[in-house]
Amino acid sequence: MRKIESLKKYKFLLEELTKRDFKKKYKRTVFGMLWSVLSPLLTLFIMRLVFTKFFGSSIAHFTIYLFAGQLVFSYFQESTNTAMMALVNNKDIYAKVKMPKYMFVLSSNASSFFNFMLTLAVFFIFVAVDGIAFSWNFLMLLYPILCLLGFNLGVGLILSAVNLFFRDTQYLYGIFSLLLMYMSAIFYDVSIFSVNMQRLFLANPVYVYIKYFRIVVIDGNIPSLIFNLLALLYPVITIGIGAWLYKKYDQRFMYYV
Amino acid sequence: MILSVQDVSITYMIGDFREIGLKEFVMRKLTGTYKSERFLAVNDVSFSLDKGDMLGIVGVNGAGKSTLLKVISGVLAPSSGTVIANGKVVALLELASGFDGDLTIRENIYLRGALLGYTRNFVDEKYDEILSFSELEGLEDRPFRNLSTGMMSRLAFSIACFVQPDILILDEVLAVGDGAFQEKSEKRMRGIINSGAVTILVSHSLGQIRELCTKVLWLDHGRQVAFGETEPLCDAYQQFLDEREKPGTAGGTC
Repeated sequence: MRKIESLKKYKFLLEELTKRDFKKKYKRTVFGMLWSVLSPLLTLFIMRLVFTKFFGSSIAHFTIYLFAGQLVFSYFQESTNTAMMALVNNKDIYAKVKMPKYMFVLSSNASSFFNFMLTLAVFFIFVAVDGIAFSWNFLMLLYPILCLLGFNLGVGLILSAVNLFFRDTQYLYGIFSLLLMYMSAIFYDVSIFSVNMQRLFLANPVYVYIKYFRIVVIDGNIPSLIFNLLALLYPVITIGIGAWLYKKYDQRFMYYV
Repeated sequence: MILSVQDVSITYMIGDFREIGLKEFVMRKLTGTYKSERFLAVNDVSFSLDKGDMLGIVGVNGAGKSTLLKVISGVLAPSSGTVIANGKVVALLELASGFDGDLTIRENIYLRGALLGYTRNFVDEKYDEILSFSELEGLEDRPFRNLSTGMMSRLAFSIACFVQPDILILDEVLAVGDGAFQEKSEKRMRGIINSGAVTILVSHSLGQIRELCTKVLWLDHGRQVAFGETEPLCDAYQQFLDEREKPGTAGGTC
């Protein structure tokens, strides 16, 4: 109850912080918004060119297969990279104003989520063009989207705290996310690996959400219960750790002002 | 009683931990050269204020004045002791913090209003007044970074001067701007001070403190040297300052 009350109390501030982060991101230009959709599309185009013309891929609906991977991964990457700076960039504010510090992570996520929604709309256009019939199953995608949002927020909480303590986190994370990209089976199929290796892929949350999209859109199926639970497990764990860090180190954040 | 500060101590951490990376941290931990120590920024301070009191906090740099204000405003928790505030505490922000250069003046008014704890309706209502008080009408859609420093501080003051706190905390922001604006803002400030129950002011100007405050708290290296009536304490502090600067001479003006 107290948490809800405090959120209500800070609603105006959260809205204004969100607007600020949103406007800064797009620099109030139409091109700024266009670019953020165009950029993943261009990446998609390049990947598609490389993996069909040069390497040759036999995956069915390869464009959609790639797009699903690119869509999820670029949202994860953008969201966590922005959230990582949430505490560092707002030191001046939380040093003076009494407020829940996790609000900076929430506000910083709004623009990347909006971006994701725009790209998702383009994704569905591609799906239609590729000749995949829309079905009610697609509504199931709301679930991995919410899980992914939660997971990104959780990772954002953790990264923002760690990055305040250790300023080189952003460089290390850059390398890590490159590694993660290659491990997320964005442009290849995990069936080239052994069954045990394939299970290992499920330890990568980003891969789980990508796979979820592919199962629903390309295979036209609904993932198993276990798979659904796994999708939920990652946001629970990361938000749990993030909330714990923020609670435990709330005062320590002040020493870095 | 509006504000009660009982046996408050605040531990602060200083050391190499800021601005070092993970790599550096691990290296220093391994080689045993990592240094961080805790020190008492505020050591066992107690005082209480009643309705109508205006407290001036004096002390040389590093005395713990700002840290104590952080605890009173609730941003920092005391390491030991208690702070009981009966009413709404508002700390006026420093002039630059919370503003964003990329946003327009209008957007900054709303953002900063939110930071000061206003509601959206309240900002809507006061918007025109804020703009006219800051003398920035017609510029509201300009980016904030295009303003001159004088304009920025005028805007900051104009947004802040609508606070309605029970306990007002001022960290050296009494009046800003040049000539006419300074007069206008000083008048406004007095209005706020008189409307609030309690005001706490940190200032390096003893003249200002003598003129405004009813009580004075003197801190030195985090310790409470004295708390009490303005005149005798200001005299004692002045003497302390003079002795520190020129040993052997006492007195002087402030």
